[in-house]
Amino acid sequence: MININEVLETNKMVEEETLDVRTITMGINLLECADSDLNTCCNKIYDKITSLAKKLVATGEDISREIGIPIVNKRVSVTPVSLVGGACCKTPDDYVIIAKTLDRAAKDLGINFLGGYSAVVSKGMTRSDELLIRSIPQAMKETERICSSVNVGSTKTGINMDAVRLMGQIIKETAEATKEKDSLGCGKLVVLCNAPDDNPFMAGAFHGVSEDDAIINVGVSGPGVVHHVLKEIRGASFEVLCETIKRTAFKITRVGQYVAQEASRRLGVPFGIIDLSLAPTPAVGDSVADILCEIGLEHPGAPGTTAALALLNDQVKKGGVMASSYVGGLSGAFIPVSEDQGMIDAVSCGALTLEKLEAMTCVCSVGLDMIAIPGETPASTISGIIADEAAIGMINQKTTAVRIIPVIGKSIGETVEFGGLLGYAPVMPVNKYSCEAFINRTGRIPAPIHSFKN
Amino acid sequence: MDKSIISVVGKDTTGIIARVCTYLAENKINILDISQTIVQDYFTMMMIVDTSLLSKPFSEMVRELESVGEDMGVQVKCQREEIFERMHRI
Repeated sequence: MININEVLETNKMVEEETLDVRTITMGINLLECADSDLNTCCNKIYDKITSLAKKLVATGEDISREIGIPIVNKRVSVTPVSLVGGACCKTPDDYVIIAKTLDRAAKDLGINFLGGYSAVVSKGMTRSDELLIRSIPQAMKETERICSSVNVGSTKTGINMDAVRLMGQIIKETAEATKEKDSLGCGKLVVLCNAPDDNPFMAGAFHGVSEDDAIINVGVSGPGVVHHVLKEIRGASFEVLCETIKRTAFKITRVGQYVAQEASRRLGVPFGIIDLSLAPTPAVGDSVADILCEIGLEHPGAPGTTAALALLNDQVKKGGVMASSYVGGLSGAFIPVSEDQGMIDAVSCGALTLEKLEAMTCVCSVGLDMIAIPGETPASTISGIIADEAAIGMINQKTTAVRIIPVIGKSIGETVEFGGLLGYAPVMPVNKYSCEAFINRTGRIPAPIHSFKN
Repeated sequence: MDKSIISVVGKDTTGIIARVCTYLAENKINILDISQTIVQDYFTMMMIVDTSLLSKPFSEMVRELESVGEDMGVQVKCQREEIFERMHRI
């Protein structure tokens, strides 16, 4: 029988330690919406999304009320649009029309983001993929809730450097197209390597071709809860530290598992996976950086940061895996800059640099996330940053990503405000030496050897 | 059986249990167990109840109980028991 202390502990996690379920994301297959006529294709897309996800928001709110735990976001991810629009889109502008259709569906459903304006080009780019990629700047300008992602490499295929080069330019163009809003469009555009098919988190969410027709994926969070329990064991040994993180991750993940099963049952859509992630928000006390500080760093970026993050990430997984039968997505600690007050502080005081962030991405989920850089950074340098991250992902068989914002008109030290969940960020310096000759080579980097691991 | 947990936390005052129980009786919610304690001068009560005869939507009952609590200056929550079972039991 549940006792009073367990009830109080749970409620304290919600009220004082910002425990929440970060997102219920419904993945929807749009392959059957393909049509040689653009209008027909758009109508099919709109109808399928709005009928399947009709009750998504209301169901999320009902579950949240019944268990007394907030479910912050209700979202939708769709089949990479470059696979759906291939038959009817002859120009980038045709793709923008699909983007606007998706945006309208998202608005009508009352969801804040819809992911899947994507192309998977890890080995090569079809004509359709390229048209979609070239439409991204305009699509980001003309829509509000659409998230876009491009997968440019994988451990099995290597890195498509033609796509990497193109994405450097596309990120610059997207920044330019949305410069009135501090280049916000780049905050909804991510370049991935080894992108998972079932990620519920934006901006990299899409519904992969290996998935069911529709699926419910849930992303859990709770950096505040982990931070709080670690405060209570300050100075303890690594064994105690790890055990405490695991126990907490277990509890947090069980909440997600329950929410996923309930949402799946009530919506009549199969349950896919739980994404075990520590996802910070700009809210005070909801920070991964605070956990790193509690583990013993003055600021993230100090020597020891990579080790502390590796430990944290691994314990979150170990605790979470025990709590859910199906774990997937990105699963790990997120280290975005603009969405985490502790990270912002560390960058502002000079403790955390782009290079250290890159090292940190070797041991945690995803990569260089929500980082503002000067608007005049060359496209080839952005491609170089993408190539570095993709190489880390390819060699280490993990997902990596780059969501970087070259803020037009802003330079190092200035602050850029994205608002809401995307937060704000100081513009960070980028290594000023060129990699243009490297990026201008054509073709792809071959897949790595899977032996002789050194 | 449809078990839920009602928790009441706040400054102690007369009639808290009476008011909550009246509401439960009016809505055919059966009380299975009550435990109560004072934590740092705060009145803290937990009830395990059965809501299988409840005729209105669960979320509406949650809202009404919250407002019963607000009238007395205490926080009343009603949550499905399953969420606690999931979190605290392997």
